Amino acid sequence: MISNLAVLPIVIPLIAGVLAALFHKKLKVVRIYSQVLTLINTAVVTYILFYVHQNGSVVLESGDWMAPFGIVLVADMLSVALVLTTNIVAIACVFYAPKSLDEKQEEFYFYTFYFLLITGVSGAFITGDLFNLFVFFEVLLMASYGLIVLGGGKVQLRESIKYVLINLFSSMLFVTTIAFLYSVVGTVNMAQIAERVGEVEQTGILTTIAIMLFFVFGTKAALFPLYYWLPRPYIAPNPVISALFGALLTKVGVYSLIRVFSLIFVHERDVTHEFFVWIAALTLIFGAIGALSTNNIKLVVAYNIIPAVGFMLLGIGVYNSTGFTGAIYYLINDMIIKAALFLLVGAIAYLAGTSDLRKMRGLIHHYPLLGWLFFISAFVLAGIPPFSGFIGKLILLQGAMEANHIVVAIIGLASSLLILLSVIRIFIRGFWGEKDESIIPDKKAARGFALPVAFLLFFSVLLGVGAEWFYPSIEGIGEYLMNPQNYIESVLKE
Amino acid sequence: MEIIMSILAGVLFTTGVYNLLQKQMLRIIIGTALISHGAHLFILTMGELKRGAPPILEDGIENYADPLPQALILTSIVISFGVTSLLLVLAYRASKENGTDNMDKLRGSEND
Repeated sequence: MISNLAVLPIVIPLIAGVLAALFHKKLKVVRIYSQVLTLINTAVVTYILFYVHQNGSVVLESGDWMAPFGIVLVADMLSVALVLTTNIVAIACVFYAPKSLDEKQEEFYFYTFYFLLITGVSGAFITGDLFNLFVFFEVLLMASYGLIVLGGGKVQLRESIKYVLINLFSSMLFVTTIAFLYSVVGTVNMAQIAERVGEVEQTGILTTIAIMLFFVFGTKAALFPLYYWLPRPYIAPNPVISALFGALLTKVGVYSLIRVFSLIFVHERDVTHEFFVWIAALTLIFGAIGALSTNNIKLVVAYNIIPAVGFMLLGIGVYNSTGFTGAIYYLINDMIIKAALFLLVGAIAYLAGTSDLRKMRGLIHHYPLLGWLFFISAFVLAGIPPFSGFIGKLILLQGAMEANHIVVAIIGLASSLLILLSVIRIFIRGFWGEKDESIIPDKKAARGFALPVAFLLFFSVLLGVGAEWFYPSIEGIGEYLMNPQNYIESVLKE
Repeated sequence: MEIIMSILAGVLFTTGVYNLLQKQMLRIIIGTALISHGAHLFILTMGELKRGAPPILEDGIENYADPLPQALILTSIVISFGVTSLLLVLAYRASKENGTDNMDKLRGSEND
């Protein structure tokens, strides 16, 4: 009975999304309905997190099919913590949406797609079955295809083609990889795969499959050299949709990497994990350079997704419990701060009437609150104390030092400086400077934009200042990931 | 039999990738369709091909086909069918709006 908890974060948004389609034209109703349902879902997830924290993982064998045969849903601390973060981002986005989207876009099933996206993301976090992970990837991608074309402008359609193509291709690669894996180990249940891979000590063919899976998830998570598709499609749609994409989609890829390379393919670390550390270093360098290369403020933020993913991959690559703790802390921090930044630059671009940095100046005279919120976000992103980005980076680099990857740790520090430069440039050029008299300030809109962002930044500050409260639990997840046996036993119950 | 099927899947993949690298949008979509066919065929092959055996596992039955790959393929076919149809509509609208279906001309500039 209590195991049914695991399915709630998937079922609630799914039903909510389907019902939202029934009255999609009644905007007032559907807005309040979506906001309330998102809050309810968050409350439920918070309860599940609390429950899992107290009693350990909740495993649901759907349809009462026993573990290795049916599809299992595994709500352990890692997945539930990420689902909760997803829902926090969702709250900010659903309250921001009415201010940012025009009514036509909202009517065209925005809220349905939004809920389906949450369904897909939560499902991908919770599922304990590799093929089911593919299915949930498709659910969230389908919803994202719907969102990215919303509005149907020239640029948007052009960029969404590229987005759909790259994702379709990597999904097909994913299916092929699962077929390979199935032919070798004869199962798609993650716990059982882990057990069997452990028994045969990861032979050459399994390492090859591991690298193929890495390419699949690397494409979704935007790692070097597979990130080229990411920045432009992400800035094409409305800011609230960009925020959902930037905060959630690549992070599902990162989560899959964490899961697969902490649970299943851990026996040939000289090949796989060593390779990840260097890919992480390259991702850090190229992402930071990309962020400096442009004057389009939206593109700056979109490029900043890439070095963040590099940091998390570094945590996976060093393979010690400090590394995992840091990766998870940074992952949670990054989901929140990327959403906040996308919402902020969306607001700035809307209020300044352009997203070209060279054409804006002195915005802080008109919008002081937005300016300071942006200032704080820039600090969180770059990892300056006392904010959450600092704690995450600190633990990550500590993990890298423990594993004697000093060069990569230095690259991480240097790229943090470049990241700080890339975002503070927006603050200096866009907010400082002479007052632009030609702008007629829209205070009401600015306040509407600022509230959801402030809500997100509250969590960033909380995760930073209150690190002592959260650190033990997240450290617990790090240690849990280092012992795959825990996961296997909780699913297969031997 | 498995070897022949694997080679066929490989041929589908190569032709698919070749088409994917073309400039014309419709060719690209045909490329993705070929790749998904290759992937589906590959799942079937990986579950071992057997003729004349039912996908039932009961006590006493020795000869049975593996039901799992069939379930996987069915799911995967439905998904790729949906995505392909969406992609066709998307390509049609994008080429109408932008006035070209040549991917080289759909690059875009920094500030649009």
